[in-house]
Amino acid sequence: MLKKRIIPCLDIKAGRVVKGVQFENLKDSGDPVELAYQYMQEGADELVFLDITATQDNRKTLLEWVKKVAQVIQIPFTVGGGIRTVQDVEAIIDCGADKISINSSAVQNPYLITEIAKQFGSQCVVVAIDTKYIHEKNKVFIAGGRIETNLITEEWCKTAQELGAGEILLTSIDHDGAKKGFALDLLKTITQTVSIPVIASGGAGTKEHFAEVFIHTKASAALAASVFHNKIIPIPELKAFLSQYSIPVRYAKN
Amino acid sequence: MLAILDYGAGNVASVANVLHSLNTEFVVSSDITILQQADKILFPGVGHASFAMNRLHELNLIPFIQNFEKPFLGICLGMQVMCTHTEEGNTECLNIIPVKVKKFPPEDIIPHTGWNETLHNENMLFKDIPQGTDFYFVHSYYAEKNPYCRATCTYILEFCCAVQKENFWGVQFHPEKSAEYGKKIIQNFLSL
Repeated sequence: MLKKRIIPCLDIKAGRVVKGVQFENLKDSGDPVELAYQYMQEGADELVFLDITATQDNRKTLLEWVKKVAQVIQIPFTVGGGIRTVQDVEAIIDCGADKISINSSAVQNPYLITEIAKQFGSQCVVVAIDTKYIHEKNKVFIAGGRIETNLITEEWCKTAQELGAGEILLTSIDHDGAKKGFALDLLKTITQTVSIPVIASGGAGTKEHFAEVFIHTKASAALAASVFHNKIIPIPELKAFLSQYSIPVRYAKN
Repeated sequence: MLAILDYGAGNVASVANVLHSLNTEFVVSSDITILQQADKILFPGVGHASFAMNRLHELNLIPFIQNFEKPFLGICLGMQVMCTHTEEGNTECLNIIPVKVKKFPPEDIIPHTGWNETLHNENMLFKDIPQGTDFYFVHSYYAEKNPYCRATCTYILEFCCAVQKENFWGVQFHPEKSAEYGKKIIQNFLSL
């Protein structure tokens, strides 16, 4: 059976992991390469790296660490942040990343999705969508959640799929950081609206929250940051917990 | 000499990284004169089947691959292209393994993305791999079950996820992205 994926997300600034990541035996807890390796060993199914600086001067640093991460991990990983052109994608893929994620740039230029999919295949294109419930509607926000757009989340998900997105990474701004669970209702709707995999993001605080999202929605994967980084939920423990509810998960080789 | 056949759209970097981690020397090439010297070839592929076939045609590599007599491993699209025909772009393929590649019926999420378990019969590529091991898949088309099938996987339906005919091997999943056991598959291929 296809397994539900557990995906730690790492925010990177100038080549360094930001937000405290608390792993034991780490020489350098800010090193994306060491952390990526540690997460792979723990049984993460995939990793997402978001470059939150993403300025032009930073691109070189980005490519350097992407290359190093690719050299040490043998699980899929996605790189996002500041990707605006097919050339940006090409550089990241050439360094060994498997997928890229685009957010604001896809909203500003939806055909970027198609262009990337044509050249690298849909499997490479993750469209990240930040959504917030406002004026009784689910609206898409860009620029790290600062700017409201005219897009309705459900419609934008559908459009992204039609344009060639291979996966949708849906982050609920309302739930993000609150640690009170994922946006179940919205995820339920979106996973019924699109036929590509949806990665649930925003709100994970406990193991139960992960179980809920897989029991009540058709999400293919769940992404979280702080609960993994702060060791609140160790990945092997989470997977053992999900198994109790017959949620299919993968165990890493010890 | 081990060669990675790079037709211009494969996931060469990931495969190269695994080989580096195994301390294996290799060349990356699409040049027939170099590939002719190879005693093993890895053929990774992502993207569209018709693009891959067109590129192989332009590079004049089709008869060369078909007549290659040493171990050859196609990965993902690489495996599909070794079959007879694929519904992706209604493309005639290399016809090394007489199997048809079809599109998954739209009964679940497509592409089949993520880790899924495999069952294999006894063969060298899966040596020391436990039954039910999860590998990483990303694909919308699948090879039907067939007499050359060496491993199967189930998603929507049961399909063939590893094939072998003589020196030609193919895997639908990405061993280069399947953690320790994926690495083991590559190692097993190198030991053939």
